[in-house]
Amino acid sequence: MNTFLIWLNSFGSPEKFHRVALRFEPWLLALAVICGAAALYLGLVKAPADYLQGESARIMYIHIPAAWMSLFIYGFMAAAGFCALVWHFKVAELMAMAAAPIGAGFTAVTLITGSLWGRPTWGTYWVWDARLTSELVLLFLYFGVIGLYNAIEDQRKGARAASLLALIGLINLPVIHFSVNWWNTLHQGNSINLFAGKSSIHESMLWPLILMAFATKFWFGASLLARTRAALLEFEAGKEWAQTALFGPRRPQA
Amino acid sequence: MNPVRRRRLVALSIGLLGLGIAAGFVVYALRENLQHFVSPSDIAAGKAPQGHRFRLGGVVLEGSVQRSPTSLEVEFIVTDRFKQIPVHFSGILPDLFREGQSVVATGTLEGERRFLAEEVLAKHDENYMPAEVADAIAKAKAQKDAAR
Repeated sequence: MNTFLIWLNSFGSPEKFHRVALRFEPWLLALAVICGAAALYLGLVKAPADYLQGESARIMYIHIPAAWMSLFIYGFMAAAGFCALVWHFKVAELMAMAAAPIGAGFTAVTLITGSLWGRPTWGTYWVWDARLTSELVLLFLYFGVIGLYNAIEDQRKGARAASLLALIGLINLPVIHFSVNWWNTLHQGNSINLFAGKSSIHESMLWPLILMAFATKFWFGASLLARTRAALLEFEAGKEWAQTALFGPRRPQA
Repeated sequence: MNPVRRRRLVALSIGLLGLGIAAGFVVYALRENLQHFVSPSDIAAGKAPQGHRFRLGGVVLEGSVQRSPTSLEVEFIVTDRFKQIPVHFSGILPDLFREGQSVVATGTLEGERRFLAEEVLAKHDENYMPAEVADAIAKAKAQKDAAR
């Protein structure tokens, strides 16, 4: 536990975080682009159409990975928020707050693509079933976190207050995931069970999904690091390291 | 760990645990209310709300769809493989509507034994596969049935 905290603490140094983030960002971004392009090609061109839904099923190659990310990022945000609340790490606070808009974006993509798929498949853009409603609540939770953070004058206090809200909203995650098992919903059950080992999606349709899941994870990583870095630079703009990082090492005065 | 942080850690953990338990109770209590639709068996057991709108969910019984040749009116039977109920609908059905496919219909009960639908939605299952695979499965099933 202690060595872990010391390791975690070393990232708590804004200067070191900035240096490490700057090195990883381009790689994560490149991986995201490569995986994403491959997934789109496999999903939209190579994969067969569904036996019942036809071509419209292809929207799942965007919808499902985006839905996973909407949950994953919320979990990440809550975990970072927990660290921020207990240890008051500045980097954890900024990371949690940097993750919120990205998660809100993925949630919006999930809701919009799902709605567009629902129209031809179900016959409606929207129903108030447990899965759709709980995902909409997730979007509002993200909005709440972003709004609370921006509403409080003191940035660090705002981040911690918003982190607490994020933690409270955590109970929505199992509700979203299990909603299709607990209640009768119009939304179908989970097609992919990583732990049970058996999925009800044919293998030829599974690969683009998995690739896209990796692409979105990499993109989240790159985006998170960039946003956190920018927030750190803004917050510590007056400090020596930030000046050096922005304008290069200070020349000795002639 | 210094005492202040330990106190925050413990307080936050207990808070979250309490919240989780409370949420569990709420979800458990709302089990019935959060159902999106009721099944034909529920209606037979008298669990369907009388006199106002609700949603009926089930499978369209094979061979039960009767379309009117002159209008958009359609009659079909919805079953959950235990009980059945006839459904009347007038309007355009979704593309995925077919016999053997799940549907969710919104409407009211007419008398005891007929459901008047105002809206019919197709429910998709979690299976995704190419058409060739679906054909192969259907063929294998037919052979198995023939051998029996």
